Amino acid sequence: MSLEDIKTEPKIKFLDIYQKNIDDIQNGSPDYINKIREEAIVAFEKLGIPDKKNEDYKYTDLNKEFNNGFKMYLSPKNIQFKVDDIFTCDVPDLNTKVILLLNGWYYDRENLIHELPNGALIGSLQAAAQKYPELVKKHFAKYAKIDKEGLVAMNTAFAKDGVFMYVPKGVVIEKPIQIINILMDDEEGFTQHRNLFVLEENSQASIVVCDHTLSRPNFLTNSVTEVFVGERANLKYSRMQNEHNGSKQVSNLYFQQEKNSTVDTNTITLHGGLIRNNVHVLLNGEFCENNTTGLYLNDKGQHIDNYVFMDHAYPNCLSNQLFKGVLDDFATGAFNGRVLVRKDAQKTQAFQSNNNILLTDDADINTKPQLEIYADDVKCSHGATVGQLDEDALFYLRARGIDKKEAKLLLMYAFAHDVIKTIQVPALQERIQDLVDKRLRGELSRCNSCQMHCC
Amino acid sequence: MLSIKNLHANIEGKEILKGINFEVKPGEVHAIMGPNGSGKSTLASVLAGREIFNVTEGEVSYFGKDLLDMSAEERASEGVFLGFQYPIEIPGVSMVNFMKTAVNEQRKHKGLDPMSASDFLKLMREKKELVELDAALANRSVNEGFSGGEKKRNEIFQMAMLEPKLSILDETDSGLDIDALRIVANGVNKLKTKDNATIVITHYQRLLDYIIPDFVHVLYNGKIIKSGGKDLALELEEKGYDWLKKGENL
Repeated sequence: MSLEDIKTEPKIKFLDIYQKNIDDIQNGSPDYINKIREEAIVAFEKLGIPDKKNEDYKYTDLNKEFNNGFKMYLSPKNIQFKVDDIFTCDVPDLNTKVILLLNGWYYDRENLIHELPNGALIGSLQAAAQKYPELVKKHFAKYAKIDKEGLVAMNTAFAKDGVFMYVPKGVVIEKPIQIINILMDDEEGFTQHRNLFVLEENSQASIVVCDHTLSRPNFLTNSVTEVFVGERANLKYSRMQNEHNGSKQVSNLYFQQEKNSTVDTNTITLHGGLIRNNVHVLLNGEFCENNTTGLYLNDKGQHIDNYVFMDHAYPNCLSNQLFKGVLDDFATGAFNGRVLVRKDAQKTQAFQSNNNILLTDDADINTKPQLEIYADDVKCSHGATVGQLDEDALFYLRARGIDKKEAKLLLMYAFAHDVIKTIQVPALQERIQDLVDKRLRGELSRCNSCQMHCC
Repeated sequence: MLSIKNLHANIEGKEILKGINFEVKPGEVHAIMGPNGSGKSTLASVLAGREIFNVTEGEVSYFGKDLLDMSAEERASEGVFLGFQYPIEIPGVSMVNFMKTAVNEQRKHKGLDPMSASDFLKLMREKKELVELDAALANRSVNEGFSGGEKKRNEIFQMAMLEPKLSILDETDSGLDIDALRIVANGVNKLKTKDNATIVITHYQRLLDYIIPDFVHVLYNGKIIKSGGKDLALELEEKGYDWLKKGENL
């Protein structure tokens, strides 16, 4: 590699990759998607990859993370494994249909689209874009705008596959659908998958997403998920991030909620080298409710950065943000919660809170609430705390015979419980409770029944 | 069971206890009285193992062992119980989970297996009745949203659950109305056996109408300046502390 190459900023490299692989990238996507790619790569050229000079990325230098030679998955790599051998997520009561993404590609290549009862669909986004063009076209790249975020533009230019879900008007999918993102390869990889979930009016669904690394090499992920939640629709969206320390990921999650809709989303970050979660919510009609919560437990040199943008565009909506974190060793983190209440969004209720416990002097968190309110009849609050475990409480527990380590665990667990209790799928809540308990005890290196010792 | 000799302790360099001496035998009730700031709560904290206090001199032996050498949790498991003056609220930790953990940690210390869930619940029920603790409180987080009286009653409930050998009740009467005081005192009296002992720390003689002490010690300026029988408490009620303080100054 010449000196020239080393100096090249990653943006240039990716533009170059795009031009050189344009045929592979376009292959398999319909024209309307490829047309958007063209617009996206132009936007990406303009926006680039955010570095620390970007106010919203002040605490996470992504430009550095993207400056690697990781291989991109422009076609599915055939890695055979028996899912049950290495992975049985034993949360009871989940939908028996488990959706797997392997390195960003829909894994079950034999059955790319599943038709669920009452016309609901779930499957590969690439396949859906061809088979149901009207449906995909109507929503694709409509909520994750390419002209605002460089990484969204990049994903839109490169992404080839991911999960597509469609729930027609009035349809209720009773059991939660589980999506597992697996990263597994014998070399370093960079994945950019793209998900699109469409819930038409009056429909209801619940999705559980788990991120896992199942092999040792380093991985980078830049994912975009767009979710359309129609009038009076109801979505519960839970994420569990459990990747090894060599994995870095940026997730961009976009919700557009129509009037009277409800979305509950929580992100439980158990493990991961570097994680940046962007959650954008547009409350695009009156009487919407959105509850966005997160829990992060970081140790060693892990880094977590949660960014939320809650856009109250219409009156009478309610939003709640609750993020809590425990940082140990020399882990670092950031939270930035932005709430925008537009001029006409009267009677808005928007609440936000971020609480952190630092277990050591070397752990570090930056928390920044950001309220922009242009309406005058609203109820908004925000609060952020950074502290240590309560010494008085610790002594109280110890004075009853509970040893120091156990007492600390009880307190951390109690701290985390506020977020765990917002998980509305009971079986999943129990499972997460158990995982969080294990994580805090330092016993969790992987999902219980997973044979891979990847973390 | 407990022998305190020349105990000195400070916090951030400020000496609070300046040479405490007294002995407690099984079956005895000791009352420690004294004006504000005399060191009563510090004494209780030091005996329970609070680490913010430094013991600079003296010794405390508990059943022949060096109490000061043990951690707070070891002391608790060995049967030392501190009833807190200001019980701590711990949101998110349920009373049931808290007590189950405490009981089982203490059992582990004694080499016993954890108590079965049904035995534990039975024990909880029994002891709740003893201190007339509202059943609903047990399902809440530790002390969270409890009234002052409920918190104190909860302390006695925990004492009943853990069956300590040496209970140190720090101002258990403060903030209690007369009915609550009676309930708390009743609890303590019912838990009394010939093998355990209680140190009651109090400001007022009032509590000692219900919990009759065998010995009364007056703590002032970090030292016990007078000890006596239960009549001493009545005398203090009548005369205040000034006549003793004067003696101290000489």
